[in-house]
Order: sequence, then C-alpha cells, then structure tokens
Amino acid sequence: MMIEQAKMQSLADRMVRDDVKGRSPWADARKRFFRNKAAIVGLLLLVLVVLFALLGEFFAVWSNEELDFAVMGQVAQMGAPSIENGHYFGTDDLGRDLFSRTVQGTQISLMVGVVGAAIAMIVGTLYGAAAGFIGGRVDQFMMRLVDILMSIPYMFVLILMLVMFGRSIGMLFLGIGMISWLEMSRIVRGQTLSLKNREFIEAARATGVPGWKIITRHIVPNLLGVVAVYATLLVPLMILTESFISFLGLGIQEPLTSLGALISEGADTITYGTIWQLAFPLFFFVITLFAFFFIGDGLRDALDPKDR
Amino acid sequence: MTKFFATTALVTVLSLPVYAAQPAEGEKLAEDQSLSFWILDAIKTLDPQLTESRTDSDMIRQLFEGLMTQDDTGAMVPGMAESHDISDDKLTYTFHLRDAKWSNGDPVTAGDFVYAWRRAADPETASEYAWFVELMNLENATAVVKGEASPEELGVTAIDDKTLEVKLSKPTPYFLKTLDHATTYPVPQKVIEEHGQQWTQPGNLVGNGAYVLKSHDLGVKATAVKNDQYYDAENTIIDEVNFITVNDQNIALTRYQAGEIDWFNLIPAGQYPKLKEEFPDEAISVPWACSYGYVFNLSEKGPEALKDLRVRQALSYAIDRDIIVDKVLQGGQKPAYYWTHWAMEGFEEPEIEMANWTQPERMEKARELLTEAGYGPDNPLKLKLMYNTSEDHKKIAIAVQQFWKAIGVELTLENYEWKVFVDKGNNQDFEVQRYAWCADYNEASTFLDWFRTDGDNNGMWSNEEYDQLLADAATEENPAENYKKMEQLLIGDMALAPVYHYAQPNMIKPDLRGVPLDNVMGDWYAKELYRVAE
Amino acid sequence: MLAYVLRRLAVAIPTLLLLIVISYILMHFAPGGPFSKDREVPAAVLANLNAKYGLDDPLWKQIWDYLYGIVVHFDFGPSFVYPDLTVNQLIAKGFPVTLTYGILSFLLAVLVGVILGVTAAIWHNSWLDYLAVGISIGAQVLPNFVMAPILLLIFTLWYRLLPGGGWSFSDPTFWIMPVIALATSYMASITRITRSSMLEVLGSNHIRTARAKGMPERRVILRHALKPAMLPVISYLGPVFVSMITGSVVIDMFFSTGGIGKSFVDSALNRDYAVMMGVTILLGTLTILFNLLVDILYVWIDPKIRY
Repeated sequence: MMIEQAKMQSLADRMVRDDVKGRSPWADARKRFFRNKAAIVGLLLLVLVVLFALLGEFFAVWSNEELDFAVMGQVAQMGAPSIENGHYFGTDDLGRDLFSRTVQGTQISLMVGVVGAAIAMIVGTLYGAAAGFIGGRVDQFMMRLVDILMSIPYMFVLILMLVMFGRSIGMLFLGIGMISWLEMSRIVRGQTLSLKNREFIEAARATGVPGWKIITRHIVPNLLGVVAVYATLLVPLMILTESFISFLGLGIQEPLTSLGALISEGADTITYGTIWQLAFPLFFFVITLFAFFFIGDGLRDALDPKDR
Repeated sequence: MTKFFATTALVTVLSLPVYAAQPAEGEKLAEDQSLSFWILDAIKTLDPQLTESRTDSDMIRQLFEGLMTQDDTGAMVPGMAESHDISDDKLTYTFHLRDAKWSNGDPVTAGDFVYAWRRAADPETASEYAWFVELMNLENATAVVKGEASPEELGVTAIDDKTLEVKLSKPTPYFLKTLDHATTYPVPQKVIEEHGQQWTQPGNLVGNGAYVLKSHDLGVKATAVKNDQYYDAENTIIDEVNFITVNDQNIALTRYQAGEIDWFNLIPAGQYPKLKEEFPDEAISVPWACSYGYVFNLSEKGPEALKDLRVRQALSYAIDRDIIVDKVLQGGQKPAYYWTHWAMEGFEEPEIEMANWTQPERMEKARELLTEAGYGPDNPLKLKLMYNTSEDHKKIAIAVQQFWKAIGVELTLENYEWKVFVDKGNNQDFEVQRYAWCADYNEASTFLDWFRTDGDNNGMWSNEEYDQLLADAATEENPAENYKKMEQLLIGDMALAPVYHYAQPNMIKPDLRGVPLDNVMGDWYAKELYRVAE
Repeated sequence: MLAYVLRRLAVAIPTLLLLIVISYILMHFAPGGPFSKDREVPAAVLANLNAKYGLDDPLWKQIWDYLYGIVVHFDFGPSFVYPDLTVNQLIAKGFPVTLTYGILSFLLAVLVGVILGVTAAIWHNSWLDYLAVGISIGAQVLPNFVMAPILLLIFTLWYRLLPGGGWSFSDPTFWIMPVIALATSYMASITRITRSSMLEVLGSNHIRTARAKGMPERRVILRHALKPAMLPVISYLGPVFVSMITGSVVIDMFFSTGGIGKSFVDSALNRDYAVMMGVTILLGTLTILFNLLVDILYVWIDPKIRY
C-alpha cells in the first residue's frame, strides 16, 4: 500500500490551474465525493471505527490491563469470545480482555496515524512552500537535501532511533512523521513555484507583506486540497508502519497496546486455537486502513475529476 | 563427588568406562541416525575460547572435548583425561590424558590444553570469557587477564605429552566441574596459526570431539557429522547433527510438529499442558539450573523507598508465584522463595518463612508492611520495573504489575532492548529489574556468588557475614550449611524477590533416546543419543 | 541523458556519506556497546576488546578509519558479535539469499500485478474485474507478518507440502513461501494501480481514435495503451523496492532464511557496529541505484520527459 505519486501530481497540477482557481473547487468536489460509493463506505467505516475507539470503553466490562484469573492459564478453553463473562472479543494470552484492549489499541493506532500524518503534513508543507517561495540557490539546496534523504532506507533509521533512544510514543510519532514529509514537500514546492508568480502574490509582495506571512496566508491555503488528500492517504501508511515497528517489538510500552501489537501477538499464537486474538484486532486494523484509503482516494478523485 | 574428592587426598581416580550411547535391550536402531536440534539464534562463534553463548556451546560440545565430560545425570566423568591426581593441599591437579586424536589425525597432547587455556586468558585473544579462567582460580589467572603477567605464567603446564599439571591459587571445590566448559576445551594450535580467524570455517575446523563440522549456513543451519578419528567412534550412533536456527519459538514448534526438528527445548509459555495432553511421550519438562527474580536497586542511585526492608518484603510477598508458574509459564517451573535453583547438586533447601504462608496471608502481611512504611491510598508507592524484550518477561511483568496494584503500588513497566537493559542494570540506572541467572557449574556457589559484595549484583546489596560464609564455603567439607545460611540472610534482607526456578519444557521425538533429562545443566552430547526404529 | 545519470550518481556519494555519518553517530551515542554484557566483562578484558576493534580511538578517527577501509580495501571490518566472520563474509552469505527471494518477489508482484490489472481493466465491470479488485483490496492491507504465519500454518503444519523455513539455493521449495509472503501486498497494489491507469488510458482520446480507425483491439491494447498505462506503475516501483527491503526483515525472521534483513536488525540490537554499517551502506547504495534505474526506465517509456 502506497501513495500513487503520479495521481498526486495530477491533482496538484489541477489545483493551481487558473480556471480552477477562479471558482471554489470544493463545492463541486463535495458533490462528486458524495456520489462516490466507495468513499461513502469509507466515511461510514471511519465513523464507526472512531465511535468504537471513543465509546468502546463504556461498554467494556474489564479494563485493558486487568487479568481475569478465571481464564488465565486456560485461554484456549475459557478465553473465547463470550457475552456472559464480559469478554466480547475473548481474552489475550494472559487473560486480559481483548475487547477493551482492541478499543485502546484502536485509539493508539488512530493517534499514531493522525499525529504522524499531521507532522509529515506540517513539516512537508512548510519546507516545500519555503523552498519554492525563496527559490534560487536555497531552493536548489533544500531540494537536493530532500533527494538525499529520500535515498536513505528510512525504516532502518527508524529502527536505529528506537533502539538507540529507547521506545516512547513521542519517539514513534517523531520517527514515523519524520520519514514521510519528503514527497509532500516536493509536491508543495512544485505548486508554490506555479503560484508564486500569480497576481495576488505579486500584489501582496508589492505591498510589503513579509515572506513568511505570504507563505502562511496566501500560499498554504491554496495548497489545501493536495495537502488534505495527501494527509488522508498518509494515515493508513503510518498505521502500517507502526504495526511493523510493533512486530519488531519496538512499539508502545505495556500495558498500552496498538492494533499492530495486538495483530502481531495474535499471529504468533495462530496455531494454538485462539484465533480470535488475531481476528478481532485484524478486522479493526483492516477496516481502519480501508476507511482512510477510500476517503483519500475519493477525495482526490473528487478534486481532480477525469473525464471518462 | 565433591565430598569424595575432598576426603581423598592424592588418590588416582580409577578410570571409569567411557560414557557412550547404550541402547537398551530389545531396542532396534533406526536406519536414519540424524538429529535436528533447534536453536533460537544464529551460532555466533565455534571458537571454544571466544564463545559466550549457550547455543554456541551446545554445538561446540559436539566438536571438542574437555578433560572431563558429563554423564546423563550431569556428574563429571573422564573425558580427554583418563584419570587425575589431587595434591594434599588441593592446589595441584595432575591429569593423565588418554590416547586420542584430532580430526586431522594428530594426537591430542597436554600442550594443546596449555595452549588453549593460555589463549583464553591472554589479553591478545580478548576473550569475553577470560573471567572463566579466573573463576577456575588458576595460578596467576587474574594477573594474566589484566596483562600484568605473561600468559606463560598461567598455572598450567605440560609435564609431557600425556600429563597436564594444573596449579590453583586456592582450593576450589568446584574446580573439576569447570572442566566441561567450552573455555577449557583444547584447540589445535597448528590449525589456528595456519588459518587465523578463519579456522572455525567448515573444512578448516579441526576438533577432538565426536563430530566434525561439515557445513555452517549462518542463521539457517549448521551440520556436524561423525568424526572417525574420535576415540569412541565405534560406540557413536548418531551420525549427523543439525543445528537449526528458528528465531521464533512458536514457529519452531510448528516446524517440530511438521517433523523438521527432532528436539525442541523451549516450548512457549502456556503451551506445555496442552502439548503434554496431546503428546504425552513427547512433551517432557525437566528442571534447568536458572533462577528468575526481581532485583531491588539498593545503591545510592536507587529509590529511597526500596531502602526500607518492609517495602521490599511487601513487594516480594505480593507476588503470587503460583499464578506465574501455573497460569503464565505452565512449563513445569517451580515457585522460588530463595535464589539458588533447587536442583543444584548438594544444595539443601533452606527454611524460608514466606514459603509456608498462603497467598492471602502474604497479601495481608504485604499490606500491613506497606502501611507501616508510610504508604497508602493518599501516598501510593510509585515504582518502575525494567525488563528486556521477551514475550515471557513481558507476561510476568504485566502479572506482577497487577499483583502490586492490589497492595496499592503504582508500577510503570519499562521495556528495553537487551543492550540498553544490560547497560542500565550495570550502571544501577533502574529501580526494580527482572533478572535471571544460569549456573556456570553444578553447585550452589554459582548462584550465591552473584550477591557477593564485589559480585555482579546490580542491586548492590552487600553483607559482610554473607561474604564470609561464601569465602569459607570454598574450603568447607560440607558447604551446604553455609549456603543455607546465606540464603536466609539474602531473603531475610530481601535483596531481591525470587520469582521462579526454571524448567526446560522439551518436545522430543519419541524415537530419539538417550536425552540426558536428569542433567540440570541442560548440557548434552549427541554421541550419547540414538534413534530407535518404530 | 548521460549527464543526468552522472549528476545523479554524483549526488549518491554525499548521500552515502551522510548515511554513514548519521548511522555511526546514532550508534555511538546509543546506550550499551557490543561488549556490554549481563555479566560485566572485566575492565582489563574490555580494554583489550576495545583496542582490538579500535573503539578506543576518538570518534572522528573511527569514522575516518572505517571509511578508509571501505574506500581503499573494500573492507567493512570484522563483526563484533560473530568473531568467526568479517562483515564482507557475512554479507556475502546473506545477501545472495535476500537478493534471490527479493528479485523473485519483485518479478512476481510486477508480472502478476500488471497482468491482473490489465485483465481487470479490459473486462471492466465483469466478474473478473470484481474478483481482481476484491482480492487486491484485501491483500494490500494484510501485513506480511500476518501473511507469513498463515502460509506456515497451511503449507507446513496442515498439508506438510513445504519446508517451514531454512534456505537452499538448489531446492526451490524453500523459496515459495518467502516469495509469496513478501510479494502479496505489492502484487495487490500493482494490480490496483495498473487497473485504474489502464482504464484511464483506454478512455483517452488517442485510444478512441485508434479504435475508430478500426485497429484490432489486441493491437490497440498492446501497441498503444500498455505503454502509457505503465507510467504510474513504474513510478511506484522505487517505493516497492525500498519497502521490500524492509519486508525482508519479516521474511528472515519467520522463515529463518538467513538473509541480511535479519542481520541488520540483530546488528542494531547487538550493537554490532560494523555489520550494521555494512548492511546500511549496502542497502543505501542499492536504493539509490534502483531509484536511478526506475527514473531511466521512466524516461525511456515516456518520450515527453527530457533531462
């Protein structure tokens, strides 16, 4: 799963075209978006997942860290999903309630996804807009740096960082956000370059508005479409990255968990007759990814319609 | 054995029959005599003096042989040395070597041992196990390791090709038990000088063990085949030993069940009872000489709260060891109320008060003690527990977090990678850490030495009486009394909260016979195994 | 074109340097070293070890010596954790394995992905289309660390058809599960990308023109549609490659294939500085070269782009 750069470029090109610039692209886009079935399904799924993450706790009988001593030690026989003992999704290997762990894991996964995407979005937009706006040697240098950074096997650097500085949720956000702003900055730079010479920017400059203000007031708002699509598509990537990190055992500290960590634990015990340990977290993992994916895709198609 | 040596001065031990695979009557040998043994990690080195891992040692033990080897109960029996004499002062050991050959046909001489032992101690070799030579108390060992004396001054000399003389700096009751450790295995000087670092590659490696290295595919598989030059080759039945690396216990179990592995010795926590029910002949749990506990940091860097004995006692009492053993691990482990593994040779179980209480009693005492120490709902005790990445450590830590929560302790779990964990532990940069110790030799002092004032004890617990008892034990006729008293001191002051004594839950193919299940050290020799036809 | 390639290669050198320096420094400041042990190594032995591996030199000298060794002798130094092997030997053992299953997975993902995608686009809205889309949507979000144990369960435990791990260059049964586990999610993504890009091209004016001229459909697709439809797929190949390298860690762990993915993670965890650096440099170089290759391919297919 990855973001298709070609389509993003096409979208970016469209967003800065003069004929689109004039009227609001958003009104038409909304209409198109709501005609897209996949996007609607995505939106519904996302709402469900978010509700599950936020309200699930109120339905849980057990907390995410309590050990159910009645189940502990015979999870395969006693830990299956059951309404009676309050373990709607069964229990994990230690007899902890999988329902409340899934709820809590979904929260963390959503948070990692959204915060990671937000970091990537902010850094990428500012960096790209600055490079494009300043131009010249600075632009050359900044973009060369992006080229260089893009050639680094980032996952390995992330592993290194987690190993070196110890695991923490902050590190995870930073690491995951840090590695995905590069593509973003390229696209934003391209857009900034084409925006730079428009009348409204020239006008602002002529009246003496400082550079950073032009970037934040005039350029960035015009990039919103691309940024929004990009960010939505980044979220599932972030969640996937976190799951890989969790698989390596470098993820979040117990007793907190994430969907990735739950899946990885569930996959370990796949042969022991406790399939619910994989099935429930995987279900939420998959629908969360789908939701963001469909929404991002729909959003892009809505903003950049192709006449078919 | 210890007692026997201690009372019989200058006696030549009669050479016992060689210990080898002996099928019982009526057993028919299988056609295929190959063995596939599971290992968790890649083999790091096959150089006996450089190795520091148990996995490596399991393979090295097939390729080399020391002065002594072990029988199926772990008792020391003659290996390369047919017999030995001990001087009156117990400081000089003289070993008489048997006629044996290296796998390239050269004779094994006393000089090979001298070379190997000097090599282990020599700073040039930079062996991480150089300390083992110090543990053996060889004369001048410490000075040689530090580089203050030349390796030639080490207390080991070849009187002639067949006679090796070893001088110790002080009487060491466990000395003979150290002689089956990889560090003490002989190595072929000629081969090492010819190939340098590459001497352990298949084709280059020359050993004196029952097997010779055929191939080594790092992280995948290493294969050793029968060595025809070995002195007891005619009684060796298994003709090929494969060491198969599988980095995940669950997958290893799958591969065992698929028939790719014949012996898998670490069933994942929680799976043993089910497997025992399903495969009663294959699932076998045996005691294994390691102990697990939570060490309290009593150094200056440690938290103030832990310096209060009542707090330490409360924490220790509140751990429900039965739950950890019966519901989390479920592999035949035993709850621990003292440090030394219960199955150590010659060790007698000490009387420990809390062992006889019921868990509700312990919980009640724990709450009382904690309240007495000034902690309660308004002023909860906050602690951090450090453990290294592992499914089992994680599970136990999570359970303990809940046990301690029940007495009002707010415990934060801190999971670190092994290297960070070790670094923090060695620098007293923790509050409570999980710790496990595995025996270097089959005697209680290997466990108790950890808490010696200059020992490795990360918690920095120190007690003069304890140190004295340990020092005295070395020359004592019956050190078991000392060990008992030491355990009482240790637990009386709750230097750590012992949690459980290890067991090794095995899966062994039913046609594989001769696995030394009574050897608590877990050491084994492929030459003693065989497969029967079904 | 040549100038472009040369310029790109020139950028590769500072990139690699930066990578080396960052990794070295990250490693250097990490808590614990290759010789920090549970049972503390005596100071004297530690000093000997540090001297043996040059770790007692100042940081700049270590980096310098390291770079010097690589540039002048192509020597990546000895492994700290596997004293029997040099880093060159370790890579020589593991890399061919990673390369073998990596290339096979890559080919499988691209070939099957493209074929499925094109088929789905041609028979748009048929059951075939729905099947391809359905499978690819499901498969592309399935992490390979879920895929691998499922394969093991089915093919090794239940049906005993395939060995559950290990590696052999002479026996392809060892390759099957690693290749499938690694390729699946990329295959699914490529199917999807190919399909949507093909649909777009098939709806474009020049295809309509070609069809209007009465050109046979087969020829329309092969001669006119396929090439432009491949552009998005090609730009996707770079990221696939990088992410497959990451995925090889999972493959090595589940199937004990002995590749360098596992070596990398182990070396980072064990502070085996030399191995970690060696693998990082190797993978960095590969990534750079592969991205260059993809760009050249892109230019070759799309005549509109000039450098």
